[in-house]
Amino acid sequence: MHRTFWAIAKKEMYHILRDTRTLIILFGMPIALVIIFGYTISNEFKNASISVIDQSRDDLSKSFIEHLTSSGHFRLVTTGKKVEDLEHAFKAGQIKMGVIIPPKFETQYYRNNTVTVQIITDATEPNYAATLNNYAINIISSFNKGDPALSSAPYRIDIKTRMFYNPELVGAYNFIPGVAALILMLVSAMMTSLTIAKEKETGTMDLLLVSPVPPLIIILGKVAPYIILSFIDALIVFAMGYYIFEVPILGSLPLLLLMSLIYLMVALSLGVLISTVADTQQTAMMASMFALLLPTMLLSGFIFPIASMPTLLQVISRIIPATYFIDIEKAIMLKGAGWEVIQQSAIVMVVMVIVLLLITWKNFKIIHK
Amino acid sequence: MPSEIVIKVNNLTKKFGDFTAVDQITFDVKVGEIFGFLGANGAGKTTAIKMLIGLNRPTDGEAQVAGYDVYRETEKIKQNIGYMSQKFSLYEDLSVRQNIEFYGGIYGLPRKAIRKKTDEIIQKLGLQDRAKKVVGDLPLGWKQRLAFAVAGVHDPRIIFLDEPTGGVDPVTRRQFWEMIYESANNGVTIFVTTHYMDEAEYCDRISIMVDGEIKALGTPAELKAKFSSETMDDVFIKLARG
Repeated sequence: MHRTFWAIAKKEMYHILRDTRTLIILFGMPIALVIIFGYTISNEFKNASISVIDQSRDDLSKSFIEHLTSSGHFRLVTTGKKVEDLEHAFKAGQIKMGVIIPPKFETQYYRNNTVTVQIITDATEPNYAATLNNYAINIISSFNKGDPALSSAPYRIDIKTRMFYNPELVGAYNFIPGVAALILMLVSAMMTSLTIAKEKETGTMDLLLVSPVPPLIIILGKVAPYIILSFIDALIVFAMGYYIFEVPILGSLPLLLLMSLIYLMVALSLGVLISTVADTQQTAMMASMFALLLPTMLLSGFIFPIASMPTLLQVISRIIPATYFIDIEKAIMLKGAGWEVIQQSAIVMVVMVIVLLLITWKNFKIIHK
Repeated sequence: MPSEIVIKVNNLTKKFGDFTAVDQITFDVKVGEIFGFLGANGAGKTTAIKMLIGLNRPTDGEAQVAGYDVYRETEKIKQNIGYMSQKFSLYEDLSVRQNIEFYGGIYGLPRKAIRKKTDEIIQKLGLQDRAKKVVGDLPLGWKQRLAFAVAGVHDPRIIFLDEPTGGVDPVTRRQFWEMIYESANNGVTIFVTTHYMDEAEYCDRISIMVDGEIKALGTPAELKAKFSSETMDDVFIKLARG
């Protein structure tokens, strides 16, 4: 049994090594993606021009403004007394964000425990505006915390936990887990569905099925090299994140790798499932592009936050494996979370593997009756 | 010489829903025989062959291949047969040597035996200079002969050939048949489907399938006499027109 398994796995390695395009996808793609996301599509910014309308001009408002600008993200270009001044600055393109501090800032703050600061952003660039908004909220909230007199105050500005564990707001923290999820899906699911569909297309699958090798061994043998290769890809992405973009791995590395392995199994089962349906490489390619890669990129919270999606898409995002894997990655890498925190997501992924394999098994039987 | 029967088929039937692809076919094939399985495209040849090699489960009827039942003992059948399909059944991006070694590997041959077999086949086909070249660069005729040799890598008792010589000229087909004769002389039974009538003449016995049924069975000479035709082409046309 193991002899036939090795024969198939070895043959698959020959295919991979012979084909430069496969090699480029396998090893060029992860490196290229990390670099592209790392250096170009970063959400990070420094020194965004802002204006503050301080209608209060007391001690607290001064230290508030100082806090805002000392973060390094915002640069105060103008100050004004009237709200109308802001509009002028926006139109002239001098500022991207305006902050309005209400009159009697200090009094309200200590007496009422709550005070409203208005943030206005230039939404002609919606994503940029949203990012600025998030940063400002985060910085204001840290101002709250920094004041011991207020640490037990009942009123707090609500902030998203996503920002919570990324205090320096580094974009890389968000994209490294996403790229890892995408690459593993690409290599494990797309490449395996392609390689199995190829055997069907060229007719060599019939030959394997006529041999005494059980279908399960055929699939395992073909898939085995991709397990190893996509695992290496995961290591490449994590290592690049760690050494180039300084994305930490606060939690347990073995746990992270184990979770990557489970996610990889989900991706592989999806790939095998696609290949039971697709008879040609082209069909397999299209199926994995539209059914796997696009959702992984767009609906997993990798590029667009799930919280800001319409309800229907949020529901769909819950059946996308990458959603769970990215959650787990972030928990382990950025929060240093252990098994207790991630077990729910991990169990969902394990259930996915089992369900997918059962469907695949059923499909396989129907086809070869 | 009483010949032993190696393939025994009795009323074998395959239905896909309402459509009967193979309709109660019955025939025997003897050891070392070259049995031609003829029919137009869509006559049910491939379906029949797939039932015999364990890829398709028959709907009804009985069949034994190499002494094993096609319903219950497909695993044992697979050990005893070789198969070459109408597509080449070789990996174009692997070298000649890698292809042979791979098939040796999936039939579970020990490493030593694989090496010996591989050298033998390369020697026999005169491919010494090209052993490390990828199969995709070989001429079609060579690929087909290599595919046939590979189908016999595990010394099966029966080799099934499903339209093995599509797309090559009669001279190249003749070379291919030299190999078939050699195997048959060594006691290997050959079960071959074709729609080239010159190939039909090379067979010991042939059956002709029309619309899922076997309409004629016998030696080429017998069939020509029976249908008072000069050539197998005539026999075939007369049968196909009903």
